[in-house]
Amino acid sequence: MANRFTVVTATRTSRAGGVVLLVLLAGLAAGPWWLGRGDMRLAVEIGSMLALAQMWNLLAGYAGLVSVGQQAFLGLGGYALFVGGIFLGLNPLVCIPLAGLAAALFAIPTAALVFRLRAAYFAIGTWVVAEVYMLSFAQVSALGGGSGMSLPADVVRGIAEDAGGRDALIYWCALALAVGATGLVYGLLRTRHGLALTAIRDSEPAAESVGIDNARTRWLVYIAAAFVTGMVGALVFLSKLRISPDAAFSVVDWTAYVIFIVVIGGVGRIEGPIVGTIVFFVLRAFLADLGAIYLIVLGLLAVAVMLAAPQGLWGLVAERAGVELFPVRRRLIVEKEQQA
Amino acid sequence: MSLLAVRGLTARYGDFQALFGIDLDIAAGETVAIIGANGAGKSTFLKAVTGQLAAAPDAVVYDGRPIGGEAPHHIVRRGIALVPEGRQLFPSLTVEENLLMGACVGRTGHWTLQTVYELFPVLRERRSAPGTALSGGQQQMVAIGRALMANPRLLLCDEISLGLAPIVIRDIYAAVPAIRAGGTAVLVVEQDIRQAMAVADRVYCFQEGHVSLSGRPADLTLDQITQAYFGM
Amino acid sequence: MEWVNAVVQGVMLGGLFALFATGLSLIFGVMRLVNLAHGDLIVLAAFLGVAVVEGLGLHPLVTLVIVVPAMALLGYGLQRGLLNLTLGGDILPPLLVTFGLSIVIQNVLLETFSADTRRLQAGALETASIELAGGISIGWLPLIVLLLAVAVIGGLQLVFYRTKIGRIFRATSDNPAVARLMGVNHRHVFALAMALALAVCAVAGILMAIRTNFTPTIGPARLLFAFEAVIIGGLGSLWGTLAGGIILGVAQAIGAQIHPGVQILAGHIAFLAVLAVRPQGLFPRLRD
Repeated sequence: MANRFTVVTATRTSRAGGVVLLVLLAGLAAGPWWLGRGDMRLAVEIGSMLALAQMWNLLAGYAGLVSVGQQAFLGLGGYALFVGGIFLGLNPLVCIPLAGLAAALFAIPTAALVFRLRAAYFAIGTWVVAEVYMLSFAQVSALGGGSGMSLPADVVRGIAEDAGGRDALIYWCALALAVGATGLVYGLLRTRHGLALTAIRDSEPAAESVGIDNARTRWLVYIAAAFVTGMVGALVFLSKLRISPDAAFSVVDWTAYVIFIVVIGGVGRIEGPIVGTIVFFVLRAFLADLGAIYLIVLGLLAVAVMLAAPQGLWGLVAERAGVELFPVRRRLIVEKEQQA
Repeated sequence: MSLLAVRGLTARYGDFQALFGIDLDIAAGETVAIIGANGAGKSTFLKAVTGQLAAAPDAVVYDGRPIGGEAPHHIVRRGIALVPEGRQLFPSLTVEENLLMGACVGRTGHWTLQTVYELFPVLRERRSAPGTALSGGQQQMVAIGRALMANPRLLLCDEISLGLAPIVIRDIYAAVPAIRAGGTAVLVVEQDIRQAMAVADRVYCFQEGHVSLSGRPADLTLDQITQAYFGM
Repeated sequence: MEWVNAVVQGVMLGGLFALFATGLSLIFGVMRLVNLAHGDLIVLAAFLGVAVVEGLGLHPLVTLVIVVPAMALLGYGLQRGLLNLTLGGDILPPLLVTFGLSIVIQNVLLETFSADTRRLQAGALETASIELAGGISIGWLPLIVLLLAVAVIGGLQLVFYRTKIGRIFRATSDNPAVARLMGVNHRHVFALAMALALAVCAVAGILMAIRTNFTPTIGPARLLFAFEAVIIGGLGSLWGTLAGGIILGVAQAIGAQIHPGVQILAGHIAFLAVLAVRPQGLFPRLRD
């Protein structure tokens, strides 16, 4: 008597969620027609942070690579935009994927160095490399040295002639990056590599014993994260129109905030960065005027969540209610075949 | 009155229950052996008694006081020292430093560096060597000496003959009478039935987390033991 | 001759880096904890020095009498109350909690002391120097820092290899679970190690405050210097950490001699070069 097996990842909530998600995305895509200019700028920030958070979560939450140096790739992407737009005369929008490529390219030698360090030392090693990039760009006088440079008006007009058109295009890019980064993580986790990652996260020796090539999977994830982070970098400075080494390679803006977002939302869950991003921007709306106090509150909140609920806010919700919006777990369903 | 009275002790690793209601007594100065096959729960029992695994307070009563579930460093201060399985010497420390670690408990009595070196003279010669540079038998002597330095009233020995040559095992067990002479009760956990029967006043046999047999070695027949050991 | 001078000054600077690094090396050695707030704790000690100097009018070096025990107490409490909660198999909690702590300390200092650049005034000591042949002069202050670094590391070496608590530190580092079977309360031992590490941070912070300008946000850079000295020297060896600090100091001084803008960069590059060629460091402990 044979049993019938089906392997499913979808859940009832996830299917219902899928429909809601599509409607939500359609609404967001239509943003330029119903959002104000200020709202659109905020949306670009939110989208950028979400994409960065997804990438950091992919690194730390799934591949066990706790990087404190993602600002390296954000800054590289930002500078790639200025090099491409000003010196190569490329359309700034074309520069966005190229910035991703540039960051991924730099990530290869970076990985060769920092992958020699394990665990916590890897974290500080990535930070050192990011400092090296920052200090190096500060020495390049063609890029404005330490004080940085602005994107010339004619390059900016290359995006679109009118300000409204530019805002809309940048908005769509941010939306695409946020959705793309989330989709990338989701897609990756559903592939064989994703299974490998989950296995590595759960037990590195066990993963090795079933023949999963950790080093290679981790390397791929690191390069992929650099690619997306580089694109976000180009987008961020396309909307800021001005770059400097301090802003481009800021550990607080591009890594500390991102870490806090992921930790608060939930490490190792795709929903975590989304929840964390919402909490982050809500808190900012109330506390941003307080300057340093805002960072103190955020830091304390992250520490408290890490200690009291290491699975994050989303983890708390998911465990209580059993919801999963992005199911990546495979569930085995066994049915006894009916006897004739 | 028993020095150690274990009543209905259960222990689990996560969802896996390893001990089911163990009852066991050790009187002051007595030598007791626990025998049993791999996975019978012998080491788990020692972990629960020494505080490395959770236990109900009343399940472990020492000197009339419930101590189940106390932290390992509290339990050893009460006078229960463990010679852990696999010896577990500190690799960064010399032989003498390993022995001195045993004295961190701060209990005084018969056992000092001097008396331990008298018990195992070879250790005095190797006192400045890193603990892990010694032979297996000598390492076992360090592990026993280290536990004695705590001047325990109850010494727990986990598989001290494991992986050693018969002649070395004989040397190690030759130390037991000297340990008993100091008034210390000894509990040895052994897979080697013959060795256990020779040294112990009383024997407990564990099987799948239960006590399957107990008694004085002279009163037990080989058939009884085989059945209790292998469940056949 | 100016290159020789650069190397000499670099060696002196290396003493300060070695002091930064010693605490980091010590707590990693005892409890495998990498404290990302290490640099900020050094800066916190510097600001405690500022507060004591301004409040009591003491000479900066005398503030050590107050700041060192205060930081040691803080270290004990921090470990017992917070960091012990993060220890376990997972690397995320200790990293993220100390990273959060780093951001919190920086911003508390910003709120309390503002972003102004500070320095502790040590009077005549700042300019006093010894003239050597060939126009090279060694400042008394940098020399004192270097000698103090040697003394601190020598003292820690004695504590680790000649005292009971040092033995307990090493045993706990080897295997905390077995150390507990010897009656050692590992949580207390970890807290003592952190107290010792922050006492060293206090010395480093006060000396840094006398030698250089500082602001509330320079902590992470000190963490990186400390980390680089530890890795260059090789994990697990305090004398290696001293050597690592000196190599880093010399690299920075040579960089500064080439162009003032590349001082820090030259140090980072020296570190990356060591990482590329000899990832185990130059003087690793042979037995681990």
